[in-house]
Amino acid sequence: MRYIPVTEKDRKEMLIRCKADNIEQLFSSIPDDVRLKRPLNLPDAKSEMELIKYMQTIAAKNSNTGNYACFLGAGAYDHYIPSVIGHLVSRQEFFTAYTPYQPEISQGTLTAIFEYQTMICELTGMDVSNASMYDGASALAEACVISSSASRKKSEIIIVEDMHPEYRETAETYLKFRGIKHASMTVEQLLSADLTNTAGVCIQYPSFYGDIYDMDRIGKYVKENGSLLIVCANPVALALLKSPKDFGADFVVGEGQPLGMPLGFGGPYLGFFACVKEHMRKMPGRIVGKTTDVDGKTAYVLTLQAREQHIRREKATSNICSNQALCALMATIYLSVTGKEGFKQVAKRCVDNAHYVYEGLLKTGKFEKVSDLPFFHEFTVKPKEDITALNAYLFKYGFIGGHKTEKGWLVAVTEKRTKEEMDEFIKRAGEFNG
Amino acid sequence: MKFTKNHEWIKKEGKYAYIGITDYAQQQLGDIVYVDLAEEDLVLQQGDVLCAVESVKTAAEVFMPVSGMVVEVNHDLEEAPEKINESPYEAYLAKITIDDESELDGLMTEDEYNEFLESEAE
Repeated sequence: MRYIPVTEKDRKEMLIRCKADNIEQLFSSIPDDVRLKRPLNLPDAKSEMELIKYMQTIAAKNSNTGNYACFLGAGAYDHYIPSVIGHLVSRQEFFTAYTPYQPEISQGTLTAIFEYQTMICELTGMDVSNASMYDGASALAEACVISSSASRKKSEIIIVEDMHPEYRETAETYLKFRGIKHASMTVEQLLSADLTNTAGVCIQYPSFYGDIYDMDRIGKYVKENGSLLIVCANPVALALLKSPKDFGADFVVGEGQPLGMPLGFGGPYLGFFACVKEHMRKMPGRIVGKTTDVDGKTAYVLTLQAREQHIRREKATSNICSNQALCALMATIYLSVTGKEGFKQVAKRCVDNAHYVYEGLLKTGKFEKVSDLPFFHEFTVKPKEDITALNAYLFKYGFIGGHKTEKGWLVAVTEKRTKEEMDEFIKRAGEFNG
Repeated sequence: MKFTKNHEWIKKEGKYAYIGITDYAQQQLGDIVYVDLAEEDLVLQQGDVLCAVESVKTAAEVFMPVSGMVVEVNHDLEEAPEKINESPYEAYLAKITIDDESELDGLMTEDEYNEFLESEAE
């Protein structure tokens, strides 16, 4: 949009048309006693130069992944973001927060969403993907709600214990206000649980603590008991791990931030949501489809949106009416530019780096194993020292350390970490004496 | 065959009965594009929602004309929901067992249903 200021002449013409002598008269209908009679409590305006300097001073108070080597994950990961993403999404044709209200005139946006859906389906093994959601936590919550309403015979939800605590909190909030019962249990408890009233089981893949469970066994048990399986997956891990489709997932949801979105406190992030065909009609949000126009040319349309969002609203399983189009576009470009092989290489490098750091930390003798299960690019170890003090020590040497959890120190290592950084990190973590 | 005021039909065959929507109902709905079929083994009371039918114009719920259990649904409608428009009295939605046959007595006969439609039109 161009910035065209209103000139004094424009203002006069408008006032004449409004039959007012000055702007004040336009507000004459506002009662005197509710009017603010002093200037707003704001500092004086700064010049552009002053303002930039001021903002830079504030920004410099933050430490960021440009200046520090980040070993922190816990749901948001420091992956390399190809610069082409920023250039393409900044094009004005894309750079709008909303899917247009008359979507079919925006063929470019719809094409991008269609490609996004296709890639998410390939990644998850599911039949259909929606046009995206706000974040991983809300995508999980929506999948729980749909699972609960999928059958009239059972409605309860089980969330396996090692779920990201914020995702759990979000899902439980959604369930609470819909009056849906839910329970939490370990994988071992799940595998002997009575699932008679369980509509859906949610499990994170890999778990919050990094564990990759025996998903075949879990999937088999859940399916045999007639419940739905909701897998909350890390999309980069899916490049290498067994496809959730192969162990019976009905829904695959997750956080799309690792696919080309920068780390940001409060986002914007990206929720991906995919499922098997059977649940397509209940899917929240919308789906873009490909068709041909009257002249036989390829055209993209908003093809499906749960009817309940517009009519029979009391039956709606979701009230999401928007999507995260720009972030979905970032993910689409990310997956396109890394490509099938490149994306696998990113994932492979993550695995190699994380295992290198894991072994290195154990060798220092200052960390204990917490689990024997395989992991992807994130793992938990138990330090002998206090975690907060350890992280503070590492910070002095230019490292953002792992997340403090109930089980220990949760460390993430992406493809961005160099051998030098990892060696130094291991050395500093090992030498720390609290 | 018996009829309800909600425009469902029910046809008893042996110990089972078939349920569908009437010709009038399909005309009112217009082109049917999707049927959200019931689950098998579901036990329902008279008047409970059996399933939902979606057309290009709207979505409508179909109610149980009598109490009973769903033993089978018409899976053909998943791929070909338009069969309801083409032959509403053959394209059944569910096959059920009837709990209490006396509930059928409370429903309308074909003549009564036609009269009902005429009175509704006025």
